[in-house]
Amino acid sequence: MPRITVTVDGIKYEEDVEPRLLLVHLLRDRLGKTGTPVGCDTSNCGACTVMLDGKSVKSCSVLAVQADGCDVVTIEGLGANGSMHPMQRAFHEEHALQCGYCTPGMVMAAIDLLREDPEPSEETIRQGLEGNLCRCTGYCNIVRAVRRGAQEMGQAVSTP
Amino acid sequence: MTIQEVGQPRKRKEDARLLTGRTQWTDNLSRPGLLHVMFLRSPMAHARITRVDVSGARELPGVVAAFSGQDFAAEQGSLPCGWAVSEDIVIPDHPPMAVSEVRYVGEAVACVVATDRYKAADALEAIEVDYEPLEPVLDMKAALRPDSPKVHEAGNKAYSTKINSGDIEAAFRDAPVVIDRTYIQQRLIPSAMEPRAVATDTDGDSYTVWSATQIPHVLRVMLAVITGIPEQKLRVIAPDVGGGFGSKLQVTAEEVLCLLLTRKLGRPVKWTESRSEGNMTVHHGRDQIQHIRLAADADGRIRGLQVDLLADMGAYLMLVTPGIPMLGAALFNAIYKMDAYEFGCTGVFTTKMPTDAYRGAGRPEATFAIERTMDELAAELNMDPMEIRRRNWIKHEEFPYTTISGLTYDSGNYEAATDKAMALFGYDKIRAEQADRRDRGDPVQLGIGISTYTEMCGLAPSRLLGEANYAVGGWEHGSVRMLPTGKVEVVTGSSPHGQGHVTAWSQIVADALGVPFEDVSVLHGDTAVSHKGMDTYGSRSLVVGGIAVLKACEKVKDKARGLAAHLLECSPDDVEFSGGAFKVRGTDSQKTIQELAYAAFTAHSLPDGVEARLDSDATFDPENYSFPHGTHLCAVDVDTETGMVKIRSYVAVDDVGKVVNPLIVEGQVHGGIAQGIAQALFEEAVYDAEGNLLTTTMADYLLPSAADLPEFTLDRTESPATSNPLGVKGVGEAGTIASTPAVVNAIVDALRPLGIHDVHMPCTPERVWRALEERAQEGVRQ
Repeated sequence: MPRITVTVDGIKYEEDVEPRLLLVHLLRDRLGKTGTPVGCDTSNCGACTVMLDGKSVKSCSVLAVQADGCDVVTIEGLGANGSMHPMQRAFHEEHALQCGYCTPGMVMAAIDLLREDPEPSEETIRQGLEGNLCRCTGYCNIVRAVRRGAQEMGQAVSTP
Repeated sequence: MTIQEVGQPRKRKEDARLLTGRTQWTDNLSRPGLLHVMFLRSPMAHARITRVDVSGARELPGVVAAFSGQDFAAEQGSLPCGWAVSEDIVIPDHPPMAVSEVRYVGEAVACVVATDRYKAADALEAIEVDYEPLEPVLDMKAALRPDSPKVHEAGNKAYSTKINSGDIEAAFRDAPVVIDRTYIQQRLIPSAMEPRAVATDTDGDSYTVWSATQIPHVLRVMLAVITGIPEQKLRVIAPDVGGGFGSKLQVTAEEVLCLLLTRKLGRPVKWTESRSEGNMTVHHGRDQIQHIRLAADADGRIRGLQVDLLADMGAYLMLVTPGIPMLGAALFNAIYKMDAYEFGCTGVFTTKMPTDAYRGAGRPEATFAIERTMDELAAELNMDPMEIRRRNWIKHEEFPYTTISGLTYDSGNYEAATDKAMALFGYDKIRAEQADRRDRGDPVQLGIGISTYTEMCGLAPSRLLGEANYAVGGWEHGSVRMLPTGKVEVVTGSSPHGQGHVTAWSQIVADALGVPFEDVSVLHGDTAVSHKGMDTYGSRSLVVGGIAVLKACEKVKDKARGLAAHLLECSPDDVEFSGGAFKVRGTDSQKTIQELAYAAFTAHSLPDGVEARLDSDATFDPENYSFPHGTHLCAVDVDTETGMVKIRSYVAVDDVGKVVNPLIVEGQVHGGIAQGIAQALFEEAVYDAEGNLLTTTMADYLLPSAADLPEFTLDRTESPATSNPLGVKGVGEAGTIASTPAVVNAIVDALRPLGIHDVHMPCTPERVWRALEERAQEGVRQ
């Protein structure tokens, strides 16, 4: 069984894994990182989105062995010192979640979207989140939250 | 001065947990020795099971047990149907695991219990099942022919009902206008984002079931009846539940079977469905053929309405399957006055997944049919579709109004909601643009869709449910306790799965007891904590459950008043309550409710005969349904060359009565509209000619993403409900009920000059394009 080394939310793990083990099952079943849920089995819904070396991936479509040597950030590792990430706060402020099942993936995808376009238009946000499905909100408030999150992250960067 | 909490857009208390991953989804559950269950499912729509051999699976590493349906036959009972809607109803036996015959693709035929999910999946491959194929039954009309193969021995008709009011023959006799249409309500897959999951455990004496369910209380009763486990030894917990939309209002095969596995093995087990498994085996929604006949006078006044439904039950009658069309039975007449009404429905068995509640449940189907028909009537008379509605709807001064189908609408103002919506939408301007584009022969045509809907919510008065032969009541329970430190703990029988009950109930309690919003906690979803409840569905939580909590607060306040009078040495009549304190009228002397909570706790000085507690509980059973209504307007661009439909603007003005939290209401309306649009444009569960479900994944079953939907413009009018003290009406289903006909009406409106008077849902580019092509071919032939 291959041994992998992976850092998840700042903690380093060494795990023996079956080659077929999905990253999301490593996170959930082995490491207890249940903040990242599974919503489908065809990488359509995006609920399981995490950051792998700084880029968003659907962790149901990545094998644990592919994450060997990588740095994984989940929704649980996003905030610092017990406070929420600006994007998490923006989702709260704009009521951009109801049942909350898609939320971890949606927040990760939103942050990734801003890497390429820190001030996205509504159209860019809607296109950029196409790979993340939400059944509760109709997306209106998610779009607003991403805009607000973008503004706050922009301010956070520009503040010395 | 305390701010009134009810009406404030309070940010949700639920969010922090959900946003930081500190969730308790059922699949998160881990326990020492937990085993994983997987089910082998029928690849045949209809077949006799001639052999099941699980021995190969039992030999594999990590496998603890493997069972076939035969192994459960003596103890698995039958999944319940709680709504015998007619005298002639046939409720077939519904074994949780098929024993001798399978009747839809996906029905469980065997299971494996293993130490992890991967080993369980491997072991499924080692199970052998032999099937003797039987004819599938897939078409409702064909199913009712005498020579059709049978889904069940008793035949393919599940039931038939008829409702008559007024003289329908007279209404149609010599009617100047008769509109005769058939609409198809396609089959939908509810698709809550959290897949179903069940976990069960036992201490050898009692049992605990965790399930992603909307109905922990109902489930507990049903599981006790099915398994024979005494109810008091059965605890059901709905932890965080990731959406339901009716799909988790069910007693499922997997819940029963996991519980039986724990009883057999004495071990904790967990099952979580994959999405493809779920698409096949979570109950589906809609699936009706609606034949509508409407008779009207030459000036557009409706004389009578005849509705004849075929409703696809699927292979079995599940918890509320036969009742879904009946929830729409009294709503086809909607907001309109008429002289006569006739409703008939035939429930039909097919070899497909059973249908059951899906957001709106019967009411979207009814609303779609009447709102589409009103547009057809307008077209027939060459009138504006809003004008035809105005001529027929109940005027605001006519409330309360008893409709032709026998419902009494307590309040509403269709004029106000419509005027507001038309102004926001810019109705006249868009009509002018439409005329211009028609004149120019623009390849992209503009269509305007109207939906002036109402619905019945707050399910429901127990007395009416009893008359309808529904198995349980419609009350809800709430309890409120003042803790020694002056904080408040509320327990609700409603069981949220995304709606925000904790926040809304906190607002209600804060106002009722004069305590800070932050000081209120709300517990729910665990039968050991919330010992009484009827759960969450049918837009009933606030209208029934919220009111139960309010009533419990009133009782707590009454107790506190007596205690205050005792401590302040005055008569209870001299005590007035405001801002969370009981004051002796005309003096500065007072006791806060927090002081009284502590006094009740210490019990050092209680009046004689008064118990040492400041708490109470209440049930609330409404006397009537509530009737939200509204006007939704949708503008679409339809590309006549590609069939592509793009929603250009969408305005919704809803009247949901008094609003506790406008933020939450807005969110419910957004999501509801999105789901209704999804039926209009995107979603359909498709079975092939052998009865295989083709839309088993989210790649095949198209849920709209952010890129597929527009921004919605919302506003409200407010006609308080008179059937509850808060004046609230419920909002969970309104958007879905309203939006589907608004969108399809808009598409048909765009294409009507091209000779089109209907497009079947979902109105995909291909469907729209084909409708245009067929029309063009007909034109050539003529």
